[in-house]
Amino acid sequence: MINTLSRMIRTGILTEEVPQVSKADVPTGEVQQAIRRILGRALCIRHVDAGSCNGCELEIQALNNPYYNIEGIGIKFVASPRHADLLLVTGPVSVNMEEALKRTFDAVPDPKLVVAVGDCGACGGIFGKSYASRGAIADVIPVDHYVNGCPPTPAAIVQAILQTIQSTNV
Amino acid sequence: MTPEFKEGTNALPSNLQCRHKRTGALEWHQVAKAVRSAGGRLLTLWGTDDRDRDGHFRVFAAYLQADGVAVVEHAMEGGSKPTYPSVAEFFPSALRMERAIFDLTGVRSMETDHRGWLRHGGWPEDVFPLRRGFNGSNQFPVLSEPYPFIQVEGDGVHEIPVGPVHAGTIEPGHFRFSVVGEKVLRLEERLGYKHKGIEKRFEALLQKDGHKLAARISGDSAVAYSWAYCAALEAITHTTCPARAIQLRGLALEHERIANHLGDLGALGNDAGFAFGLTQFSRMKEDLLRTNQACFGARYLMDFVAPGGVACDLSDDAPRSFLDRYRALETDVVGMRNTYDNHAGVQDRFRETGILTQEMAWKLDATGLAARGSGIPHDLRIDCPWPPYSEIRVKGSTQSSGDVAARVAVRFDELLESLCVCRELVANLAGGDIRSCVPDAEPDVLGLGLIEAWRGPVLIALESGPSGAIRRCHPHDPSWQNWPLLEYAVMGNLVPDFPLINKSFNLSYSGQDT
Repeated sequence: MINTLSRMIRTGILTEEVPQVSKADVPTGEVQQAIRRILGRALCIRHVDAGSCNGCELEIQALNNPYYNIEGIGIKFVASPRHADLLLVTGPVSVNMEEALKRTFDAVPDPKLVVAVGDCGACGGIFGKSYASRGAIADVIPVDHYVNGCPPTPAAIVQAILQTIQSTNV
Repeated sequence: MTPEFKEGTNALPSNLQCRHKRTGALEWHQVAKAVRSAGGRLLTLWGTDDRDRDGHFRVFAAYLQADGVAVVEHAMEGGSKPTYPSVAEFFPSALRMERAIFDLTGVRSMETDHRGWLRHGGWPEDVFPLRRGFNGSNQFPVLSEPYPFIQVEGDGVHEIPVGPVHAGTIEPGHFRFSVVGEKVLRLEERLGYKHKGIEKRFEALLQKDGHKLAARISGDSAVAYSWAYCAALEAITHTTCPARAIQLRGLALEHERIANHLGDLGALGNDAGFAFGLTQFSRMKEDLLRTNQACFGARYLMDFVAPGGVACDLSDDAPRSFLDRYRALETDVVGMRNTYDNHAGVQDRFRETGILTQEMAWKLDATGLAARGSGIPHDLRIDCPWPPYSEIRVKGSTQSSGDVAARVAVRFDELLESLCVCRELVANLAGGDIRSCVPDAEPDVLGLGLIEAWRGPVLIALESGPSGAIRRCHPHDPSWQNWPLLEYAVMGNLVPDFPLINKSFNLSYSGQDT
């Protein structure tokens, strides 16, 4: 226990400022307030892997590390699409996952947002369209926002999530 | 090595010692038996349609033996229903590979399980994507087909279906549990959800571009796959890489191993109810990824390994940054190992959970990290080292208890050993070029690339086509062998321990589904 506590103290708080969303830097507190204003509570995200190489998943997992600490700004990952406001989808959409992706999308209550993560999610990437791949996520379910990169950095993913929320606030 | 195997063999281009033998149906079966009884292992199976060339279908098996790799080839007349003898009675992991070969090429083994493995109704049953003349960009409507799981009967037995979409940031696959109360009687996996037609896609790429697709077979093993691809290509084109490039590849592969082990150790702590572990290890992993960004120019080295060498050189201050990072990591990892080892709650969850005995691991063809957790010390870096590992002495790690704790201990050992390997590579880093020129390969040459990735051996079999084209490329992930182990390891355990046991194997869905 002593070990654990002393390591916590030595590690300290590593959480960084939220990456720049628009032209001006948005302090963490304001992002949190914006989410509260728009949603009235935390933003709940359900991640769906529709056929990715698992590279994007590694960077999505990194959002929960102490540097990005996404829960600290009021964004959390949930286990069920029925609890989600936003789907974070990685692709390309494999033919074998097409039905599962559509059903997951249908299970999310309205209003819902979809962010397509990674080059493959945006356009099918190197896998393209084939007998086994439907390519871009937008060809299977409606997409609100894209994050490019292979894989995109955690900062880019947070940025896209925040932009998506802001664009609903018109 | 059995006498019948030695006859009629010749060498195959590869980064390891590799022989090649053509057999008839009977001998195909006999060789499998002989390899098994001599203590060899099945690396992979794949099928090809060569009817355009000589009117035959072919199946290939790659075995790993004490003295290197042996590739066995069996040709079949291109009739309407080509078949070959199954090798699953000697190597049970072959069963799923044989089902996949049928789904893609229409060549059937004589096994009786005819359920689709990669084909879930996404293309018609009389369409075989890897046959010559099939247009890979054809799309078909999905006609979902029933998939009969094996039923467990008895008082109070019920089923829990899980997936394909899982409750976390992980890949999709389906698990069917048959349970009584909280106890798992049986688990049956159904995979293939991420099948993206990678093998067909390779055939539309040029040899000089294939490494980019190889890196995306399983993103967490990008370096290993792209290296395996390049090793195969360099072997068939007789290319020698500059010394510096070889060392940088080794460094990248060890960074990949360290990053994945850090991620797993954190996730395992978290699954055992110790979130502090996840926080600490995910911090260490992020630190390493940022060092990668500063020194290699990317957090994940998706396009670092390229034909003939590596795509970019290190930044000037990289050696110092690396050594600083290794020192900090070593202190932190040793400290956290102490914390895990002395935490009663964590140890209670880790120990005697998800046991895979050595006997079972051997019978089921366990490979890589999972095998080492069950007392099978295989590691290509040690058993048949290729450059740069032929210059370095890697110390292997094996645990005998076969439980989650064993797989955790192997990860700790390997992580610390990888730091030593990295230090040695950095200390002896050669100067000079980082990339050689790779010519187009002669057409119709088969080569093999085999790399010990963090999960186990990753293989690429590459056959050249005319003017720089790829005729056939078959990637193989160690998860093919290790997924069936999980079915055994969870038997008799509690349902809530499944995530922990699953994480202790951390197998690839994408790499298996390709």
